[in-house]
Amino acid sequence: MIALLHSQLFLLTFTIGIYAGAVWLYKRTKWMLLHPLLTSIVVLIVSIKSFGVSYEEFSAATSIINFMLGVSVVALGFLLYEQLIHIRGNVKIMLTSIIVGATVGIGSVILIAKWMGANFQIIASLEPKSVTTPIAITVAAHAGGIPSLTSVVVIVVGIFGGIVGPLILRMLGIESKIAKGLALGSAAHAVGTARAMELGAVEGAVSGLAIGLMGVTTALLVPIINFILHFIG
Amino acid sequence: MAGILILLFFYLAGNALAVLIGNFIPGSVLGMLLLFVALVLKIVKPVQVRGAAIFLLDNMMLFFIPVGVGLITSYALIGKYIAAIVVASAISTILVIAVVGWLTQKLEKRQS
Repeated sequence: MIALLHSQLFLLTFTIGIYAGAVWLYKRTKWMLLHPLLTSIVVLIVSIKSFGVSYEEFSAATSIINFMLGVSVVALGFLLYEQLIHIRGNVKIMLTSIIVGATVGIGSVILIAKWMGANFQIIASLEPKSVTTPIAITVAAHAGGIPSLTSVVVIVVGIFGGIVGPLILRMLGIESKIAKGLALGSAAHAVGTARAMELGAVEGAVSGLAIGLMGVTTALLVPIINFILHFIG
Repeated sequence: MAGILILLFFYLAGNALAVLIGNFIPGSVLGMLLLFVALVLKIVKPVQVRGAAIFLLDNMMLFFIPVGVGLITSYALIGKYIAAIVVASAISTILVIAVVGWLTQKLEKRQS
């Protein structure tokens, strides 16, 4: 029986089962903190610890799922295309704002984390915190960060941004639908987009596009910024 | 099936390009850009990849789980820097929302 707990087939089935359960729970409760990824990670960590399964064993058993991550990043290219051809509004303005926003996002997280004493690994994990998880994990791993930390930070940032975003926009007197959608999608990815959709259809559509644009911009900017930082120390 | 093949092909092409530019940018991100360009230039038709892409995008959260469970190996380090992680992420998120919202509205007003 114990051997069965360690088998790849069991671990893979168990992982997908826990995920399916977490998605079901989230859909039933609609409670933001029960984000299926967060619940799945907590339940799986507790489970594999109590089964006495090592992370190496777990990682080997679920490598097929991990492989799909790269393919799904490629699939985002399709999503970006679909969103861009259906969008109304000035793409040039949107792109300018996103590039400035991505630079501010990456720059500020580096400065604050560094000032508070965080080491290189932690900073590299935080740099892509505003973008959709698949891109964020990929960028963090590539930059020498801890992808698991990034995956959790990204979700928590999304929930936080989704909650405070509309308040900040109101305080700043932002009325443009495009500005609201773009701000929520670029700072809080899919969770922000869910909030933007509640504000309206235009906000939702623009926010969806913002996720893709922010992801691409960040993936291109992070290596450049790190390259510069490497030289100025 | 053809859709999966096309996505895998672009993933591979992205990785090849990444090697060529000295692994400066992750291969999957380059694959995404190449697929996007191929769709814009109509080298690939949307209908050819739609089914496979939607399937992957709908179930994408599952693919982050093995990475997330990796937290198990980095608790101690994260615990040590938790204050920096929380403060930097929160302030930076507020800044992104404010800057993007404000700048977009300003640029729109200037144009009209």
